[in-house]
Amino acid sequence: MSEKVLMKGNEALAEAAIMAGCRHYFGYPITPQTEVAAYMAKKMPKIGGTFLQAESEVAAINMVIGAASSGVRAMTSSSSPGISLKSEGISYLAGCELPALIVNVQRGGPGLGGIQPSQSDYFQATKGGGHGDYHLIVLAPASVQEMFDMAFKGFNLADKYRVPAMILADGTMGQMMEPVSLDANAVETYDKSWATVGTGKHEGRNIINSLSLSPKQLEDWNIDRYARYKIIEENEVMYEEYMTEDAEIVIVAFGIAARVSKNAIKEARRRGIKVGMLRPITLWPFPKKALNGLADKAKAFLSVELNMGQMADDVKLATNCKKPVYFYGRTGGVIMTPEEILGEIEKIEKGEAEQW
Amino acid sequence: MGHYGSGKTFTAVNYAAYLSGLGKKVSIYDLDIVNPYFRTVDAEKFLSEHDIELVVSPYAETNVDIPAMNAKSYKMLDDKSSYAVLDIGGDERGALALGRFYEGILKENDYDAFWVVNPYRPETRTLDDAIAVKNEIETTARIKFTKIVNCANLGEETTEKHVAFGEKFCAELSDKVGIPVAFSAVRKDLKDKIKTENVLPIEPIKYVNWI
Repeated sequence: MSEKVLMKGNEALAEAAIMAGCRHYFGYPITPQTEVAAYMAKKMPKIGGTFLQAESEVAAINMVIGAASSGVRAMTSSSSPGISLKSEGISYLAGCELPALIVNVQRGGPGLGGIQPSQSDYFQATKGGGHGDYHLIVLAPASVQEMFDMAFKGFNLADKYRVPAMILADGTMGQMMEPVSLDANAVETYDKSWATVGTGKHEGRNIINSLSLSPKQLEDWNIDRYARYKIIEENEVMYEEYMTEDAEIVIVAFGIAARVSKNAIKEARRRGIKVGMLRPITLWPFPKKALNGLADKAKAFLSVELNMGQMADDVKLATNCKKPVYFYGRTGGVIMTPEEILGEIEKIEKGEAEQW
Repeated sequence: MGHYGSGKTFTAVNYAAYLSGLGKKVSIYDLDIVNPYFRTVDAEKFLSEHDIELVVSPYAETNVDIPAMNAKSYKMLDDKSSYAVLDIGGDERGALALGRFYEGILKENDYDAFWVVNPYRPETRTLDDAIAVKNEIETTARIKFTKIVNCANLGEETTEKHVAFGEKFCAELSDKVGIPVAFSAVRKDLKDKIKTENVLPIEPIKYVNWI
């Protein structure tokens, strides 16, 4: 393992994307993800890559569609309002069956919102954002090291299944600095004979398109893609369990909320309350089976999020409402403290908390 | 001044506390026009405990996303009763903030410009890379560095080994560019493990207590 260096999450992610073979980055500045673009602007020209600051987010995502159509690893990054602008293009990527990496370093919303960290784009990332029948593979890093590792993972999964992947980070993950080892993860290569890079004297043409003139054909495309989504749901779920063996209360949290929750769990354990955590690393596919399994053992679930309660619905669905689900969150750019989470745990213990 | 993420704010806040400890009247001026998070305001309590005046944009760590400075920053040159410690944003972009003050600072000619160096930042891993960043900053700031500060660190994982490597790195830098090393900025709990005499103990100040 190489010696560690100190990096911001945004920088580590950008460096990893380059190491994963990305040579085509299209972006537009927005706090708190600007360092991704700044890093690309500095590095790409030195290695023969393309950094292009587009005239808008809409332009940037359409450039990603173009680059991805030719089979190269292409990416874009933004923060919440910018992702809203890109949502049309993301839907087109899904419809065109194009692999690409989209990074959302979330900030407070809705609307222009603010620049402080948030997780309030969970719905947007996992339930659409754009129109039509589609899913994104959504990865949720909880450290600078994971920001680095997820860039490889995102590109690999996107190429493997011909779907766009999203890294759903938040302002703290992007801005905080931590030691990180820059060892390259595996770069997987998949057949891209579908790419529009000339006919190569073979019969027929490759066409990248999301428009179908026949409703039946469009239905077939969607059914075919959903068959692939099913495989992804079976094979690509990632999560971390923390002290769940004997846990009576299971916290479900991702990203920065999981970091804060870990501290609350340590303190709760000191006070004799058996709390554990399931941290989804893939938000789609969501770790449904693991949560359902825990619902047979645990007494209650507490979803902790930097929003008004978005993943909590998925916790209820995954556990089939077998056990009560509670929610604690802060929003608008405010980060909860471990003490606040602990307060909620104690309320659940005493039966004073209101169910979600 | 220095490459961003090197530890400039930690150094500035603790250097101000050091001066205050010597019985001096001290003000710290946050001239960071780059960073949205992790600012001197995180150390508000620490600074007031050390009787240090904090001059910072009222918009720091709010949702106002503009590179603003506090209008009170202008008094840094006029207020002769107080030492002024300037915390300047990273790289040449951050150094731009000195544009409106450099003439007065050079005219008064009673200053030190600390070059904060962390060889564990990927873009200042080699002597040449570190010097390239230094030159960019000096060009924009229009002020030359007078001292080097060894701020070698890996955040929470910093050990005395990293500090020692930084000392060696900064000594080599010093030989190359002819600027003396002022001190090593070292996390408080590591201070006793360090052999060098010139150590500025650093109080770890956290943005939020999630770790």
